[in-house]
Amino acid sequence: MSQETGINIGSSIKDTIIAGLLALIVFGPVVGVLLDGYEFIARIDDVVWIVAIVMAGRFAISVFVQTESGKKFVYRQLTKEDGVSVTAPDYKSKMRYIIPIVIVIGLIAPFIASKYVLTVVILGLIYVLLGLGLNIVVGLAGLLDLGFVGFYAIGAYGLALGYEYLGLGFWSMLPLAAIMAGVAGAVLGFPVLRMHGDYLAIVTLGFGEIIRLVLTNWTEFTHGPNGVSAPLPTLFGLEFKRRSSDGTPFHEFFGLSYDSAFKYIFIYLVLFLVVLAVLYVKHRLTRMPIGRAWEALREDEIACRSLGLNHVLVKLSAFTLGASTGGIAGVFFATYQGFVNPSSFTFFESALILAIVVLGGMGSTLGVVIAAFVLTVAPEMLREFADYRVLMFGILMVVMMIWKPRGLVRVTRKGFATRKGVMK
Amino acid sequence: MSQENILEIENLVMHFGGIKALNDVTFDIKRGSVSALIGPNGAGKTTVFNCLTGFYKATGGGIMLNAGDKPTSVIKVLGEKFKGSDLVSPAAFFERVKYKMFGGSHLVNRAGLARTFQNIRLFKEMSVVENLLVAQHMIVNRSMLAGILNTESYKKTEEEALQRAFYWLEVVHLTEFANRLAGELSYGQQRRLEIARAMCTNPEIICLDEPAAGLNPSETEALASMIRVLRDEHNTTVLLIEHDMGMVMNISDYIVVLDHGEVIAKGGPEDIKSNPKVIAAYLGAEEGEDVTL
Repeated sequence: MSQETGINIGSSIKDTIIAGLLALIVFGPVVGVLLDGYEFIARIDDVVWIVAIVMAGRFAISVFVQTESGKKFVYRQLTKEDGVSVTAPDYKSKMRYIIPIVIVIGLIAPFIASKYVLTVVILGLIYVLLGLGLNIVVGLAGLLDLGFVGFYAIGAYGLALGYEYLGLGFWSMLPLAAIMAGVAGAVLGFPVLRMHGDYLAIVTLGFGEIIRLVLTNWTEFTHGPNGVSAPLPTLFGLEFKRRSSDGTPFHEFFGLSYDSAFKYIFIYLVLFLVVLAVLYVKHRLTRMPIGRAWEALREDEIACRSLGLNHVLVKLSAFTLGASTGGIAGVFFATYQGFVNPSSFTFFESALILAIVVLGGMGSTLGVVIAAFVLTVAPEMLREFADYRVLMFGILMVVMMIWKPRGLVRVTRKGFATRKGVMK
Repeated sequence: MSQENILEIENLVMHFGGIKALNDVTFDIKRGSVSALIGPNGAGKTTVFNCLTGFYKATGGGIMLNAGDKPTSVIKVLGEKFKGSDLVSPAAFFERVKYKMFGGSHLVNRAGLARTFQNIRLFKEMSVVENLLVAQHMIVNRSMLAGILNTESYKKTEEEALQRAFYWLEVVHLTEFANRLAGELSYGQQRRLEIARAMCTNPEIICLDEPAAGLNPSETEALASMIRVLRDEHNTTVLLIEHDMGMVMNISDYIVVLDHGEVIAKGGPEDIKSNPKVIAAYLGAEEGEDVTL
């Protein structure tokens, strides 16, 4: 870092001119020349605008990095910090201002947003749930799980098959699917959690594939690749269909004209509340004995055992809770799609969820929320590049691992005020 | 069961494949004593420790831990092989099944034996206080519902756990580092924190594996006085492995000397100092040669 203070305007202007020239070279032929048959039209004004924006931006950045706060910012970005830091005991996160605003926006949004935007956001929220579930397993407890999609599938098929065979609706399946996925996690976990790292990853990978193959091949029960339809949620028994088989549908009850967006608004609101609840529970868990035990287990299993922690049960609790969160996400996925088939639960999904956790920062809740939206909403926005989606995804991962190997959001640990020590 | 001895090791045998790491090791540790396990490199000291604390399953012999309300057989809680007699005694059979499924070294700690490690094993990316809170896992309120709802009783046990953590931080002089990451501490501080963490599990006996390794003379002196505090103020029995003979002779009431997996001498510091077998083991004397310190 240079020691000189003050702002060197001269060098900023030099940077600006270089950036402007580069912008001219790049955008000049691309934007400035419009082919029109065998002729071309020069569009100088567009080029001038773009170059002006680039130059202004470069100048602003150049001046900013020379100011005190800018220097600090650059220093923070350049120094490779470990990523984990302990906050002061009286530290109050800025999140307490941001969270109420986000909640209000989140509750108003469905009534303003278009149906398409709503469906994309629902998908984003489903991945937030999946990310949070896997974050417990991978981020907190340090157990590499490559078959997380198995629990997601159990939740989704739980709703679809529970409706078909037992007539259970969305609301009864929501807790049931969480329990089913949790039980599946525990049954899978108990024998395999004595393994470490790579072995566990392979076993879970196998589990995810087994679930998918069972769903594909057990055609009498699951209808195989043809899939099963899943029911919509109901509001106190009011259905969101155009015509209800029994009772009045939602729109007739309230005297509204039918709109297919109603069901998405409802799914969105329920999902939003569930995500908030899961976020709160996750926040509490990390400050509770069980959450501390998970993280301790990730740090050093042998030390944990020497302190009287039953490592198998601690791992099992992480696996079960993570799995049940995945199951809840599955129920929402099924009801949102209205239909499930095994092709939604491939290994690529597991990899995507794992990418969300890694990208967001192992153990970081905020990071997972951001990463989930980035990785699900971005492909929707970049529909034109659909063919290159996986390629871009790969490039993003490589860049992230080089630039910020510990994830987007730095993990902070809560500090404790010093108090008088008392024995017993 | 003898109340006088907190730890009774009988004919302990440990084989790794064809290598006989321990041959018939027998010694007792008196309640409230500071005992040391010494011996040349490769004598099997750490192997004894790992057997005691349940990290190795001993090939043969018995380890009885007379702590808490009832004696605990360390070998048994790790999960033994089934025996013919299990066929006639279902109770013994189910106990064995229980320990096979849920047994392990954590039960040794719960029975009242804590340990530290030769190569420090702290939770490096957790804060110093959190390291001590994890150690109190079995004491605090682990109810998931109480924790999520943040009930009064939950807050109370958490506060008690924090106070206990800060108490031990004061004992090991680390209060000012309470909110630092454990991995950021210096080597000596990490050693002290590991002892504090082990003590947070409320053990009756603590096993320290080379606590003075890598410490300078003044730190070693501070460690010795800390070990005396553990014994005198907290009624904790201390068993340690150490190479620093000055410190061992200074603080130990009882010394066990191991060589090639066998106990070659046991007794007070004075006896050990003048024991020709010990001197021979350390200095490598010829058979029959007389050596004095």
